[in-house]
Amino acid sequence: MKAPSFSYERAESVANAIELLARHGPDAQILAGGQSLMPMLNFRVARPAVLVDINPIADLAAIRVDKKGVFIGALARHADIEHSGEVAEQLPLVAAAMPQIAHPAIRNRGTFGGSCALGDPAAELPACCVALGAEFRIAGPKGERSVPAAKFFAGVYTTALEPGELLLGAQFPARQPGYVSRFLELTRRHGDYAMVGAAAHGRLDKGRLSDLKFVYFAVGDRPIMAMGLARAVEGKPLDAATIDAAVAALKDDLDPPGDLHASSVLKRHLAGVIARRMLNEYATHKGA
Amino acid sequence: MTVFDAPNSYIGRSIPRPNLSRLTQGRGTFVDDIELARMLHAAFLRSPHAHARIVKIDTGKAARLPGVVRVLTGTDIAAVFKPYVGVLTHLQGMRSPPQHPMPADVARCQGEPVAMVVAESRAQAEDAVEAIEVEWEELPAALDMERALEPGEPVIHPDFGNNLCWERNIDTGGVDAAFAAAHAVVEETFHFGRHTGVTLEPRALIADYSKAEEALTVYYSGQSPHMLQGTLASRLQVQEHKVRVVCKDVGGSFGIKIHTYGDEMATCAAAKILGRPIKFIADRQESFVADIHARDHRVTARLAVDKDGHILALEMDDLTGIGPFSMFPRSSGVECNQILNLTGGPYRIPQYRARGRVVFQNKAMMCQYRAVGHPIAVAVGEGLVDLAAAKIGMDPAEFRRRNLLPDDGYPCKSAAGMRFEGLSHQAALAKLLKLMDYDKLRAEQAALRKKGIYRGIGLASMIEVTNPSPMFYGVGGARIAAQDGCTLRLDAAAGLHCLTGVTEQGQGLEAVMTQIAATAVGVTLACVRMHTGDTDKTPYGGGTWASRATGIGGEAVLQAGIELKRRVLEIAARLLKTKPEELDLVESKIVKRGTSEQLMPLYELTRIVYYRTNELPDDIQPELVVTRHYRVKDYAFVFTNGVQASYLEVDTDTGFVRLLKHWCVEDCGRAINPKLVDEQCRGGIVQGIGGALYEHCIYDERGQLVTTTMADYLVPMPVEMPEMEIGHVETPTQTSALGAKGAGEAGTGGAPAAILNAINDALAPLGAKVNAQPSTPEVVLKALGKI
Ligand SMILES: Cc1cc2nc3c(=O)[nH]c(=O)nc-3n(C[C@H](O)[C@H](O)[C@H](O)COP(=O)(O)OP(=O)(O)OC[C@H]3O[C@@H](n4cnc5c(N)ncnc54)[C@H](O)[C@@H]3O)c2cc1C
Repeated sequence: MKAPSFSYERAESVANAIELLARHGPDAQILAGGQSLMPMLNFRVARPAVLVDINPIADLAAIRVDKKGVFIGALARHADIEHSGEVAEQLPLVAAAMPQIAHPAIRNRGTFGGSCALGDPAAELPACCVALGAEFRIAGPKGERSVPAAKFFAGVYTTALEPGELLLGAQFPARQPGYVSRFLELTRRHGDYAMVGAAAHGRLDKGRLSDLKFVYFAVGDRPIMAMGLARAVEGKPLDAATIDAAVAALKDDLDPPGDLHASSVLKRHLAGVIARRMLNEYATHKGA
Repeated sequence: MTVFDAPNSYIGRSIPRPNLSRLTQGRGTFVDDIELARMLHAAFLRSPHAHARIVKIDTGKAARLPGVVRVLTGTDIAAVFKPYVGVLTHLQGMRSPPQHPMPADVARCQGEPVAMVVAESRAQAEDAVEAIEVEWEELPAALDMERALEPGEPVIHPDFGNNLCWERNIDTGGVDAAFAAAHAVVEETFHFGRHTGVTLEPRALIADYSKAEEALTVYYSGQSPHMLQGTLASRLQVQEHKVRVVCKDVGGSFGIKIHTYGDEMATCAAAKILGRPIKFIADRQESFVADIHARDHRVTARLAVDKDGHILALEMDDLTGIGPFSMFPRSSGVECNQILNLTGGPYRIPQYRARGRVVFQNKAMMCQYRAVGHPIAVAVGEGLVDLAAAKIGMDPAEFRRRNLLPDDGYPCKSAAGMRFEGLSHQAALAKLLKLMDYDKLRAEQAALRKKGIYRGIGLASMIEVTNPSPMFYGVGGARIAAQDGCTLRLDAAAGLHCLTGVTEQGQGLEAVMTQIAATAVGVTLACVRMHTGDTDKTPYGGGTWASRATGIGGEAVLQAGIELKRRVLEIAARLLKTKPEELDLVESKIVKRGTSEQLMPLYELTRIVYYRTNELPDDIQPELVVTRHYRVKDYAFVFTNGVQASYLEVDTDTGFVRLLKHWCVEDCGRAINPKLVDEQCRGGIVQGIGGALYEHCIYDERGQLVTTTMADYLVPMPVEMPEMEIGHVETPTQTSALGAKGAGEAGTGGAPAAILNAINDALAPLGAKVNAQPSTPEVVLKALGKI
């Protein structure tokens, strides 16, 4: 299990990274935390000729809060996000998700941008980004552009990133009053990728949910927004009948492919259990 | 007064391992830490197919790549390495064809090595492996053991006519009558998933052949250096005394590192061909496809009881698929054999009938892995016992009390013919129930059930095969030593060197042997230096397997120590002009017996013995070196016993099982180092948890292993481990002076049964039961009818 040989370039700035990517073309691949890329190299699944290491670009690691909301830089480590007071306050959904990502050693290296750019449909952060309506900032040879999270994730390990582009980070909207987040995932062991999970964000007012973004992960080729479920609860009292209807709506919302640790049938069942548990949490939520 | 109750005895004390600081400071020497001059690296091309003819291998392109020294195929290796046959003659009727390290004609499972690159670096070797071109002709594969014997199924070895490797039957004669007369009968079919050992350090070796000396040195991560020496000498045709196998530190083995692997053998053959040292380290992916697997069994069994809950008869049928060959030299029949020998072993069972069938299939080879057969035998026996207790409405603890062998009834013989020398089932069960506060736990369970929380309590009594005699392998013709030896050497500065044939795998063996040596001779722990794992240095022995190292190797150390002390005191008596009976050797001091009054430090005596022999009387020939060997004589195996309990909660919506607590009471005879025994139990229980809930080698319908990373093959991690409480009953064996039996496998043997029984106990009020391992959320939810 040794990687095929490759050469290595250090990017000192965003501009330098874009230039290096342009110079080496499709043979180049960005190296961030390496927690996914290094195993792929050793398994010889990824075979880039050149690695462009973006770790020296200190600016990319920032977590910034301003009136617009929170910006998480691509190189912010999972551990930095997990322990950030600002994230805990402004993005409780992300804060709840972080301890579920892998193990501490991996979180020390793994990055926000790496997790999003990888586009693993079982990953937590993409679902959180979609639920919170984040916008990804992307730098490329033609300048910068933004892509909303809902459009960024395009399929299994596929995103809106074009060759030669670098993910800079994501802008999350400022926290709105009355909105409550919930996060739940089921894993075989602590730290594993989820069998099924969901990130939810919606307005909770007197026991009624509205504008609910209920985003599943590990049930499709990308984060899946459960639209039928959201419609079923919109503005209704969160009683047993509403929750039953919401869970029933999942039948059309989801069509999960099976994997090694959960068949399609099991995933469907667990998605229902998760919905029920999370909606019950909303129903009994105190405060906010 | 025996050596055990001497005031300075280290036996029964939890001293820290002497190798601990070395290992924790990163000063261990594992195979990959060894660099030899001119060393090359091997990588293998493995069959991508479950069953395929090798039409052509083109190595030309690979051979021309940078750093490549040689590309070898099965034909090249066969020219220097004789094939081997993995059968034991005492497992009558067993058959397996000659096997080569790499096949030249047909690959019979995915992952079987078919070509080898030797290069300056492993990365270059892997590059070249990708460049080897093989033309394959895929053959139909026999994958499902249930169908392996059916007509029309592909026959893997056409000369055999079918895929049967071995069949064994036991019948005490009265089974049908006993079932006919029974008050109640329970029956179940149990499924056990394939799993494997997952050693922290993978399989690894460096083979270094000297053409000048016609000698082979192998640095090896393994359990049984002398066994490998014998295999290599006979297969590679090197004189046996010129094959040296050196095992420095070994990062876990669990029975994985005790077999004849094609990649390892080919590496040794290539070293002979090239005359240069070659390193092979299995990477994690190759470990999953090429290490032995174990436990792939389907057992259908039934139990008959009378109205008072006494067991009348047990009948069972075991089927197992072992891959395309029986593994050399231990054979792949032993797991099945053990299951037939052990199922129901803790109980009085008047009538017993069993059939075991071992079949070939196109999957990775199966062979002995920690607790061989025990987890299956215990899960089947204990599963039936719980079913029977439930059927007649008896508490499972009470049912066990009635049927477990009485503690005062030894020696005795089980229905399967196993002879027991002295066990403590009843005492162990009583201790366990007290430890776990059984009645209180039952009350808590009942109260929670009313709130919709489903908790289960599972018990599992067991016996464990330890300290095996030659009846295990030697009688079957295998070159595997059941005896073991120890040399103790007292040097000029009174340092005691202890050389033993048993080996350290990380289990703490060096601590245990140090304790025995220091106690038997009468020296301080600090002056003992251990030497293990080197066929040039240590006495000839079997190594570490079947929980034999302490019980057999330790007795050899004890006997050597007793004799060495006798010699020291004889010399001391002459020097001090007294009688040996008046003296003692305590903590490296010659003292007046029964006192701590030092008459002479030991180093003074050794100084005289080595430098100033003129001070010794002429009729004394001082020899402070003693070798003793020990073999188990009176019993085929020295059995141990134990009982475990699991307390867990089943989430009936998700099918998740949360382990809350685990208890284990075991009787390994004299516990030399109680903490190490506890650690063996705990580690073993964790491997049992793996088998019960997580670990599974999953193949797809084309015979491709799909669990080839640690993300797919799930082993329990700290968060999945419950608190474990360990208790002991000590019934020293009379077969040795040391009285120690083995403790290495009990945890693994009993934990799955306790967990399965606990899951079923939790599910009982819902009318559901599980009978498959691993019991995944999918299995549990299916049992509940939720998916
Ligand atoms: C044992 C284990 C368990 C794990 N469990 C989980 C889990 O439960 N949940 C989870 O979400 N993840 C999990 N991970 C993955 C982990 O979170 C990774 O860190 C993450 O997926 C990738 O981040 P990275 O910084 O390591 O990226 P890298 O491995 O460096 O890169 C990953 C990919 O993204 C690309 N890339 C990286 N940064 C950028 C950028 N700024 N712009 C464009 N492309 C970029 C790379 O070129 C590469 O293709 C696990 C990993 C391991 C090893």
